Amino acid sequence: MAADNPRPAGTPTDGRPARRPLPGGRFAARGSLTGTLVKVALLGLFTALGIWAVLPLYVAGNWWGIALTVAVVALVYWVYLSGRTVPAKYLVPGVVLLMAFQILPVLYTMSTSLTNMSDGHRGTKEQAVRSIEAFSVVRTDGSEEYTLTVATKGDPETGDLVFLLTDEERQAYAGDADGLEELTGATVEDTGKVSEAFGYTLLSPNEVNARSDELQEFAVPTGEGSGIRSSGLSSAFEGSALRVYDADCDCVEDRETGTVYTADDDRGAFYDEDGERLAQGWQVGVGFDNFLRFLVDPTFATAFFGTLVWNIAFAASVTFLVFVLGLAVAMTLHAPRLRGKTAYRILVVLPYAMSSLAMYLLWRDMFNADFGLFNRMLGLEVDWLGDPWAARAAVILANVWLGYPYMFLVATGALQAIPRELSQAARLDGAGPWQAFRYVTLPLLMVAMTPILISTFAFNFNNFNAVWLLTQGGPFTSDGTMAGGATDLLITYTYRLAFSEATAQYGYAAAMSVMIFVIVSVMSVISLRRSKALQEVDR
Amino acid sequence: MRMRSVPALAGIAALSLMATACGGGDGSDEGDGSQEGTLVIWSDPERSDAIQAAAEEFAETNGIEVDVQNVSFDDIQGDVVNAHQAGNAPDLFLGAHDWVGNLMRNGAVQPIELPSDRAEELDETAIEAMSLDGQLLGVPYAQENIFLMRNTELAPDAPETFEELVETGTGLKDEGEVGEVLAMAVDQEGDPFRMNPFMRSAGGYLFGQDDNGEWNPDDLGVNSDETLEAMEQIAEYGEEGEGVLRRSIDVENDAPLFFDGDTAFFVAGPWNLADAEASDIDFEISAIPGFEDGEPASPYLGYQSFFVSEGGANSALAEEFVVNHVTDPEFVLDLYEADPRTPVQSEALESVSEDDPNIAAVADAAENGVAMPNIPEMGETWEPLGVAQAQIIGGEDAREALESAHEQIAERIGQ
Repeated sequence: MAADNPRPAGTPTDGRPARRPLPGGRFAARGSLTGTLVKVALLGLFTALGIWAVLPLYVAGNWWGIALTVAVVALVYWVYLSGRTVPAKYLVPGVVLLMAFQILPVLYTMSTSLTNMSDGHRGTKEQAVRSIEAFSVVRTDGSEEYTLTVATKGDPETGDLVFLLTDEERQAYAGDADGLEELTGATVEDTGKVSEAFGYTLLSPNEVNARSDELQEFAVPTGEGSGIRSSGLSSAFEGSALRVYDADCDCVEDRETGTVYTADDDRGAFYDEDGERLAQGWQVGVGFDNFLRFLVDPTFATAFFGTLVWNIAFAASVTFLVFVLGLAVAMTLHAPRLRGKTAYRILVVLPYAMSSLAMYLLWRDMFNADFGLFNRMLGLEVDWLGDPWAARAAVILANVWLGYPYMFLVATGALQAIPRELSQAARLDGAGPWQAFRYVTLPLLMVAMTPILISTFAFNFNNFNAVWLLTQGGPFTSDGTMAGGATDLLITYTYRLAFSEATAQYGYAAAMSVMIFVIVSVMSVISLRRSKALQEVDR
Repeated sequence: MRMRSVPALAGIAALSLMATACGGGDGSDEGDGSQEGTLVIWSDPERSDAIQAAAEEFAETNGIEVDVQNVSFDDIQGDVVNAHQAGNAPDLFLGAHDWVGNLMRNGAVQPIELPSDRAEELDETAIEAMSLDGQLLGVPYAQENIFLMRNTELAPDAPETFEELVETGTGLKDEGEVGEVLAMAVDQEGDPFRMNPFMRSAGGYLFGQDDNGEWNPDDLGVNSDETLEAMEQIAEYGEEGEGVLRRSIDVENDAPLFFDGDTAFFVAGPWNLADAEASDIDFEISAIPGFEDGEPASPYLGYQSFFVSEGGANSALAEEFVVNHVTDPEFVLDLYEADPRTPVQSEALESVSEDDPNIAAVADAAENGVAMPNIPEMGETWEPLGVAQAQIIGGEDAREALESAHEQIAERIGQ
């Protein structure tokens, strides 16, 4: 009887319209004990993750970050505790991860591309000013060197800092924020350290260290702009800051030379009248300057086209060759009568299992013109890494070797999914082996392979390691590295421009990444459209 | 009604779970950056154990923990600058003197004032190399320079000039004793660090120096007539000339050539000493010979030093460490035991030279050396100059190659 059995979820009840069964079956509505426990555990874990993320944000005072984290956690709670958000339950994890790992980095890159962030322009103006002042403190000529004992008035943790100083004549002084005065009745050791002084608490190294931040700011004033500062725990010297920031004129004056460096908030540095700048700058927005610099540069404009053509040719030929080779090997090992298939398959997959970084370096050694394996074994005299076409061939060769095992794996899987009866039927109908492959196997294979081919192409389009570890983009013409090397991909070319060894120009690099991102996306969208058309034909 | 209660219960349970997770989170927060009470030092893995051991005494005296963390040497500079920006830099880190320009402009380190009795014991060139605009940015402890290592069985006498070296080497090659005249890494992309002694000996220069010996980035000499002549002279030994210098020799295969006895001469560095001592080759160390009638072949001198990060939580003890501990001969000798490099502390150098003739020879080979320029512009020269030098060794026109390298460097350093 129906009344004795619990109703399966979604069965019509008397007199009411039928509700569509929800995905997730009985878990969606009621939840078994296991389901609930799993849910509680996952939500708890997620909350812990949120709190773990909030703590550093709280320390840094980043309220927007905290608000965002709380909002995401709240959203997740709502979605999984409410009974009405079934589709969202499936979508939320993917969407959150997509936002965190794909969309945020892209947005961050885009926002960085509008700044001048680079070495010397990393932080804020305040940080730059602080650094300029700190680096301008010089020791007063012929000034006394003191042996230092750090003390406080009163409590070691909170009392005012006092420097107990002894000069070379073992005369002791006490210096605090008000100035220096002679200290009498103190016990001075042979080293010059004060071991006892009435009214002062001497600090242990550990106690001094606990007040490091204060010590950084502390100086005993000795005159106009000069003061005694500590250097380590037991020495102090008199010095003065030569460069001081003046907020009224928004400038830094050098007291020694009299030069005035005025802040330029468009460029993020202090410049003097002659256009000489102070090394420490700060980060500012520069609008589309990074993109303009990229497009207007005449060397770049000519180099760009050549590099792009080779880049496409490289990605396309590697993709094509790994596909052909991988498929050929897969077909060979798919033959039903072959013995020891597993052993062969393991052997073929080996290159894929090894670290590609190490493999690239090994290939580089093998391509060495004088000592390399290729030239020695084959008796060739090819300048593999020095001749433009040989270097291109070398880069493609190494990548095909590294790339085909993956294609072989995918192709093997796809082949096994195609029933052998299909090609047997074609053969019965009188098709030759080639025709059977061309018109029966291949089209079915392409359904599985096309997305893989597109991703292989996109991967190789930006295959930085392949080029950087083998040739570093070279060989170069006598126009130098700015004109682009024979094997340069866009990514290696821009890497060289933006991250020369000394100066990392993040803003510029981000602008170039955005450009490459646009190029690769457009090409991927076009190919995906085309592959969809292919699937329509199959149906 | 029942439908609602289960999710509500789940919410409460999740909240209680989160409380326990929170408690656990505090404990695991000990990350990379500096924390009060633990002096964090970044070092390359080769030296970290030695630094940890050598810092033990300091830690005990001052009642602090020392934690030496491994970072690959090439990554330390970039990582420190990034970590400083993010507020979790180490208290101290190991670095090279040519980093000072970049560290200064990013405000990532703290200037150091050495008491004069400490400073006097250190090599003067080392102190200058570590200073920018009169500020000492770190405390040096060891010096590095390249030198000529030769197989005494094949070449008993140290060559006085480069011509002599080539003559001896070519003789050995013609007799079939060796395959190569000289193992010097030229590399496909060039190696200006190793090429520098030869370029200077032949009269070329990269940056000019003003009267005070400060490097002048406005005086870029890559396309000067002197440099052009120098590179043309060097090209005579290149691939189109005598074939002594070749791009196929790089830092991967130069040492094996020498240690396999396939060449009598090797432009080597302190990093090759351990292998050399472990090998069966009888070797001796001498200065890199210059050209006949040329200037002395001055190798670049590099200095290894300790830096104090700006704004670290333990800056007082970090300063104390570099001021009074890194300048202490015992600390330097402890480090030397683990990783032999020429000490810059005079007492330590004396004691090391007595025990180890190789280190004394390396120090002697540095006699004509110049400290590698520490201005930030220096970093922009390596790649363009290297590519140009490699092209010239490969037989291409020297003027064209140097002109484009010059143009590129000038653009990058904003001239």
